[in-house]
Amino acid sequence: MKSLAELAAAREKYKPTIAMRHDNANAAKIVVGMGTCGIAAGARPVYMKFVELVNEKQLSDVIVVMSGCAGKCPLEPIVEVALPGTEKVTYVRVTPEMAEKIVEGHIIGGKPVAEYAEATAK
Amino acid sequence: MQDLSLHILDLAENSARAGATLLTIELSEHTGQNRLRLQMTDNGAGMGRETLAKAADPFFTTKPGKTMGLGLPLLKEAALQAGGFFSLRGEAGRGLAVTGEFQLDHLDRPPLGDLAETIAVFRLSYPEIRLVLYRLRGEKSYSFDSGPPISGGPGKQDRFAEVLKAREWIRQQEEQLMGG
Repeated sequence: MKSLAELAAAREKYKPTIAMRHDNANAAKIVVGMGTCGIAAGARPVYMKFVELVNEKQLSDVIVVMSGCAGKCPLEPIVEVALPGTEKVTYVRVTPEMAEKIVEGHIIGGKPVAEYAEATAK
Repeated sequence: MQDLSLHILDLAENSARAGATLLTIELSEHTGQNRLRLQMTDNGAGMGRETLAKAADPFFTTKPGKTMGLGLPLLKEAALQAGGFFSLRGEAGRGLAVTGEFQLDHLDRPPLGDLAETIAVFRLSYPEIRLVLYRLRGEKSYSFDSGPPISGGPGKQDRFAEVLKAREWIRQQEEQLMGG
């Protein structure tokens, strides 16, 4: 931390997390990378797919938010999914079709979709 | 970027990061003059003179730990390639206005894309920012105003239905604009 501006930036960055903590500690969180690289790689329809699925299936306690560039641009669209009390799982090169499986398997089923996860995806 | 609506989403995020509470997007197709004009104005942190001069350089960024920033350069490239121009106006602490102008019927002019989806995504992620859209095509126009900020925090599922409804409304307006 070097300056006030950085402190303000950090506060801004963590605001969603802080808000969530106050709101609901039991929410599942879906974070879609929407920097310039993410958007160019097709993150917007992925984000909307998650929103539509959560709305359609009437899932409660799910938050869908965006984040900036994570420095892994060739792997975009990148989506992080964290269920309450578990480690987050990072999915790479996500498409709207994959979003459907991630919601079914991970958010509803509670099991990460290994074939799409960064650690195991080709 | 495949279309203008994606440029808009990308630059709207810049406004959010600059702490804006109001973002105005003006997208006008002046069919008579064969021009398309995109102007995005916010009341965020703005830029000092030096930053303003460098902001459209891909190898310039103000983000710590990064070496480049491509949002503005990409819009500039797209505008210049399509017989238009690009400009940035603003002052430190007094907001920023980004303008991209295109020759409407230029072969390289990017398509508009899905404006409604861009607005929906931005509204969900940044409910605290008031968003105003002015849209004009020839003689027809419409505007969208999200109204004052809503509480409830970003990305909450209880607001999804409402935002999806707004997306539908904008889609209908776009259809009317394009028809006839």
